[in-house]
Amino acid sequence: MNYSIILENAGIYWEGIGNTLELVSLSVFFGFFIAVILAVILTNSTNLFLTLPIRAFVYFFRGTPLLIQMFLVYYGMGQFDWIKSTFLWDYFKEAHFCALFVFALNTGAYTTEIFRGSIINTPRGEIEAAKAAGMSQLLMLRRIILPSSFRRALPAYGNEIIFMLHGTALASVITIVDITGAARIVNSRFYSPYEAFVTAGLLYMTITFSMVWVLKRMENRWLAHLQRNGSSRG
Amino acid sequence: MMPLQGYGPSIWSGTLLTINVSLVSLLIAMILGILGALAKLSGIRLLKIIAQVYTTVIRGIPDLVVMLLVFFGGQTLVNQLAEIVGYDGYIDINPYIAGVSTIGFIFGAYMTETFRGAILAVPYGQLEAGYAYGMGRRLVFLRILLPQMVRHAIPGFGNNWLVLTKATALVSIIGLDDMVRKASLAAGATRMPFTFYAAVAFMYLMITTVSVYLLQWLEKKYSFGVRKD
Repeated sequence: MNYSIILENAGIYWEGIGNTLELVSLSVFFGFFIAVILAVILTNSTNLFLTLPIRAFVYFFRGTPLLIQMFLVYYGMGQFDWIKSTFLWDYFKEAHFCALFVFALNTGAYTTEIFRGSIINTPRGEIEAAKAAGMSQLLMLRRIILPSSFRRALPAYGNEIIFMLHGTALASVITIVDITGAARIVNSRFYSPYEAFVTAGLLYMTITFSMVWVLKRMENRWLAHLQRNGSSRG
Repeated sequence: MMPLQGYGPSIWSGTLLTINVSLVSLLIAMILGILGALAKLSGIRLLKIIAQVYTTVIRGIPDLVVMLLVFFGGQTLVNQLAEIVGYDGYIDINPYIAGVSTIGFIFGAYMTETFRGAILAVPYGQLEAGYAYGMGRRLVFLRILLPQMVRHAIPGFGNNWLVLTKATALVSIIGLDDMVRKASLAAGATRMPFTFYAAVAFMYLMITTVSVYLLQWLEKKYSFGVRKD
């Protein structure tokens, strides 16, 4: 092991960390809104013209590898001349936009399924109480159903965020210099696979466990009422 | 297959390799998973620590990074070892072996957690009953623990299998001729990337859909006689 290589290339890794964090946070941010909207539609509407396309979207993104989805967008869009002739091409020719686009849709699909499950499982009593208090559908959704189901979704949603963090490593395949991309550059320049990839692994582990720590604290705070007595600390 | 410009058979052979890689890695993952779960539940401290480090590290690092580390790092390691032994030539690591063992190794960590939970879900009284009958530890494991934990393990196992199948797409990056790589080659030759990646996406959808139905059937079969209230 020769760690001077890593120190000399710390700049590339810094850039990688920045890109990884940016990809995760932006895709989780957009994915969250996609998921909330789609999950609310799925649980409230019986209109097949609305629910079928959403189901198809979720089915496709959960049933195929993220790598293929990325290739379909990054390489695939160039096959269509009508896309190339519009403003869309300005975005889809950029690897960075394609990665973000796919990651947001992917995590959006998984999260839709998570939120759908937790919305369905809202205790009946809470809904009845809201109705008895005279709340409208929209107010009930905003004040009762969504906050209550976000809490129950938190453990599964936390896992999904970690999966997304790991998923962003694929961005390195389409030329983006994220943490994995930095490691691949260092490896190919100096032929030092251990140093390059072990450093990347350690960086990912640090980010993963920081996220797990934050999520655990959020669970302790918002799910305190579901915990066994004595173990709830804010 | 006209829309595939004659590349249909090539994609199909890649599909078979993808299925092959998935199944062999699944086998490795299951063996590692059982060993890991037993290690975590054993009273031996060293085994517990090793299993804990294994599952923690693997779950903290992306699959792709582990795969690149094994593929490039393993290559260097094997050649350094060969040099120590006194072998001068250059040894190339077979990408199939690198791919299958890496995916098996990664999902072994997830299986460890699944199996550990399933073993804990088997009521301890049943194991005690086995011992009371005079069965040894091995017999209790084979006759009582293993058949009963299957039911508890199936949901988690199914999830792991679905994620594992999709993770096999990564082996194309280390140069294995699975369907993703076949599609890349065909896409390059015909300049029709969307068509070919869509075909591969379709094959993956088929594999995952069939798997979901098989798993539902298995779950029903193993929950036979379990009361649901």
